[in-house]
Amino acid sequence: METPTINDLNICIATENGSGSASANNILFKAIFKMGIPCSSKNMFPSNIQGLPTWYQIRASAEGYLGRKDVIDVMVMFNDVTAAKDIHRVRDGGIILYDDSTPLPPHLKREGVQYLGVPADKIVQKILPTSPLRGKQKNMLYVGALAYLFGIDMETIKAVLEDTFGKKPAVIESNLVCIDAGYRHMQENGLNQDIARFQAIPNGNKGKIITEGNTACALGTIYGGVSFIAWYPITPSSSLAESIEYYLPRLRKGNGKPTYAIVQAEDEIAAAGMIIGAGWAGTRSMTCTSGPGLSLMNESVGLAYFTEIPSVFLIVQRGGPSTGLPTRTQQADLQLMYCCSHGDTRHIILIPHDMKSCFDFARRSFDLAERFQTPVFVATDLDLGMNFWGKVLTAEQIEQWEKQGKKFRRYFDADGDGIPYRTIPGNRHPHASYFTRGSGHDADARYSEDEKDYKETLDRLRRKFETARKYVPKPIVEMNEGVKTGVICFGSSYEATREARNRLRAEGLKTNHLLLRALPLSEEVKKFLEAHEVVYLVEQNRDAQMAAIIKEDWPELGAKIVSVLIYDGLPVTAGEIVRQIFNGAQATPREVLRQVQVKG
Amino acid sequence: MAEKKLNRINLSEKDYEGAASTMCRGCGHDAITASIIRAFFQSGVDPRKVVKLSGIGCSSKTPAYFLSQAFGFNGVHGRMSALATGANLANRNLIPIGVSGDGDTAAIGLGNFCHMMRRNVNITYIVENNGVYGLTKGQFSATADKGSRMKAGKINDIPAIDVAELAITFGATYVARSFSGDRKQLAPLIQGALAHKGSAILDVLSPCVTFNNHEGSTKSLKYIRENLDPIHNVDFIPQYENIEADYKEGTDHAVTLHEGSRIVLHKLNSDYDPTNKTQALTAIHAAVAEGKFLTGLIYYDPNRLEFAEELNLCETPLAELGQDLLQPPAELLDEINAEFMK
Repeated sequence: METPTINDLNICIATENGSGSASANNILFKAIFKMGIPCSSKNMFPSNIQGLPTWYQIRASAEGYLGRKDVIDVMVMFNDVTAAKDIHRVRDGGIILYDDSTPLPPHLKREGVQYLGVPADKIVQKILPTSPLRGKQKNMLYVGALAYLFGIDMETIKAVLEDTFGKKPAVIESNLVCIDAGYRHMQENGLNQDIARFQAIPNGNKGKIITEGNTACALGTIYGGVSFIAWYPITPSSSLAESIEYYLPRLRKGNGKPTYAIVQAEDEIAAAGMIIGAGWAGTRSMTCTSGPGLSLMNESVGLAYFTEIPSVFLIVQRGGPSTGLPTRTQQADLQLMYCCSHGDTRHIILIPHDMKSCFDFARRSFDLAERFQTPVFVATDLDLGMNFWGKVLTAEQIEQWEKQGKKFRRYFDADGDGIPYRTIPGNRHPHASYFTRGSGHDADARYSEDEKDYKETLDRLRRKFETARKYVPKPIVEMNEGVKTGVICFGSSYEATREARNRLRAEGLKTNHLLLRALPLSEEVKKFLEAHEVVYLVEQNRDAQMAAIIKEDWPELGAKIVSVLIYDGLPVTAGEIVRQIFNGAQATPREVLRQVQVKG
Repeated sequence: MAEKKLNRINLSEKDYEGAASTMCRGCGHDAITASIIRAFFQSGVDPRKVVKLSGIGCSSKTPAYFLSQAFGFNGVHGRMSALATGANLANRNLIPIGVSGDGDTAAIGLGNFCHMMRRNVNITYIVENNGVYGLTKGQFSATADKGSRMKAGKINDIPAIDVAELAITFGATYVARSFSGDRKQLAPLIQGALAHKGSAILDVLSPCVTFNNHEGSTKSLKYIRENLDPIHNVDFIPQYENIEADYKEGTDHAVTLHEGSRIVLHKLNSDYDPTNKTQALTAIHAAVAEGKFLTGLIYYDPNRLEFAEELNLCETPLAELGQDLLQPPAELLDEINAEFMK
């Protein structure tokens, strides 16, 4: 017998995609959230519309950890195809909830776990004999069964259904009937468990919202003043563009007619070209894409870099290379973004780690793009202060300048920070226009193959990049007296790393922490490396891409970095981070290979 | 000293010139540049409202050689259509002119080009068509005719893409063909294109005197001259010149453009109605079958909205919207967040 934990439970629901389970899972998750319990969900779905296995994990954590957890307490086994594997993913002492309309075949029996059955198929056939949606509704049965087993009351479920399907009473009713049937089946047959209970926390999630990164980013871009969006559909970034399209009419009313243009382009090459054309002509413009789209956009990114045109590229990374794993997650496009396009380039990258920073960074990416007149990947909040249009000269300002004996020169470093002044087409001053070109040019934007002009341009672009170090979001650093071990992470590894550090501390290893939030790197990263004997760097790619970028800036400190590399396409877990750190982690990608070769 | 001729905004033709050309001596592109200058001068367009766009190739260099007061953007190979689409939507008050070549438009840029026309993006788009890659020294392009011979002797055995036919098929609303050496026809066609709202495509035959001007080439100066097949003579009557053109009932055809300008087409051979799409395509096919180059205003669609209108964009150019209009109030975000808490 276990003593039930309170509000600490990791449920994995195995179904087929397109079977209606998304709706059931959503209701379950929202109900737990509504009870005020800290919780998060992860969807591990295939690149497919219907009929392939999908897993949805809901994690409730009394301590508020939101990262994915690898130890599964409850498996909802509703997919025959994966069942044989799924039964082994539950921890010893855990629970398997299954549809016992037909008896469990022997090969799906396992020792050390508790089997609980709910005859979902049978029940829906009985209560919805004629409904064409019967197949989908059967998923609601496990919602009801779990609600009874772990203590979610039907009132909460009802409230969630009303929030979700407010204007469709028939839908609320048919779902409710099924959920209730699942609930009562467990109750009436005395089916119980003792591993965990949910307990409502009054106001527990007050002020918190359920959202996903793409929605938060979409809202951020709108608050950043985006006026031009060109995009091409690609998983997993399509919903970002669609969210922008959904919210823009409501948020940017203007005087009736749209004050923005959205173009679904014919390909990513066109999307990139369009936003550069629009950025050149003076709008805040952006595209969003994923790895394969970014590969296609490379040439255009280089054009925007070399001609110095503000543009925002929101990249939702997925598993690569090539088509890779379109619906899985990774941080393996870091170097592609950082050095995007041929020739010497370095780009600004903002790396949000949670929903709030998704919004803030998406919003401020436009300010940075304007300030530095360059492509910016992803987005920021921070102590930037408003800098809406950067160094843009109006006709009046050019006139003022000329009275003071100054001349407008498009690519001249007037302020020594590498950032030139620009004018925007439509400026009527006779000296405002210039000829933008992706080929070699001088400080006055004239065609030039002169080696001195060319080198000056490249050096100034680097100077601009160095200036950017001071303006991008600074890392968030946590330092403790006397601690000699550091952990660096970035992006979506944050939650799992936070949890991992607490577990390391419990095991006797105290660590300091640095959350990287942008490239180029700032001095804080260097100081952090200097202050520690060893620094574990958690990243979701095979080749330790961030480590390479850090070593490029401070090679002398590179030896202190020990890489924790997780690249199986699934969201990072604290367990894996802890495991790798205690196993001494891999020092370099080459080390990984060596280990593989030794084993092989 | 003779007084300089000025146009309606008091500029001389010289004011529409640009930097010195770096094309080969005798290049058709330079003749086209001169026609562009003439057209802008004649129409009295303010150069400061114009944006010049191009891709990569010999032709794409030429925007530097006209309208030095206008903003220019020489982008990457084949992507001018995309840049123009963005710039156009960002500021619909700008007057965009694009200059491209047959490689830039019909090979690497074909996809973007077709989709730009499909959207009817407002632009005057000139293809300086010589059937050959000049900057890379003489390879066949996608508009090289079947049976045409390369300078080194190789024969092209793949059919050409006919830019005018392509443009009509994909939804361009003003499609003309002309010859670099025929300023009398080309300049008014460019004036018409500038007055038109929508994708105006001008396929201009422009012999490459260095790599494609030999015996056996179907894009040599001699071959083109011998095989021109003009549908009509063209006059452009700007809307501000309230004069009666030399218009003959029955044999002439007048096309009224946006803002009231008119193109008068003096028919040469048969009845030709440029608003008839089927007739236009048939005429192109017939000319191609005979190895002729049909020139003139081949097709015109007076009814379709240009892309910015289709999107119903606000009158103020997006690029000129103030921060107050661009950033929604914070209360609306609170409202949306409240919905997420449900």
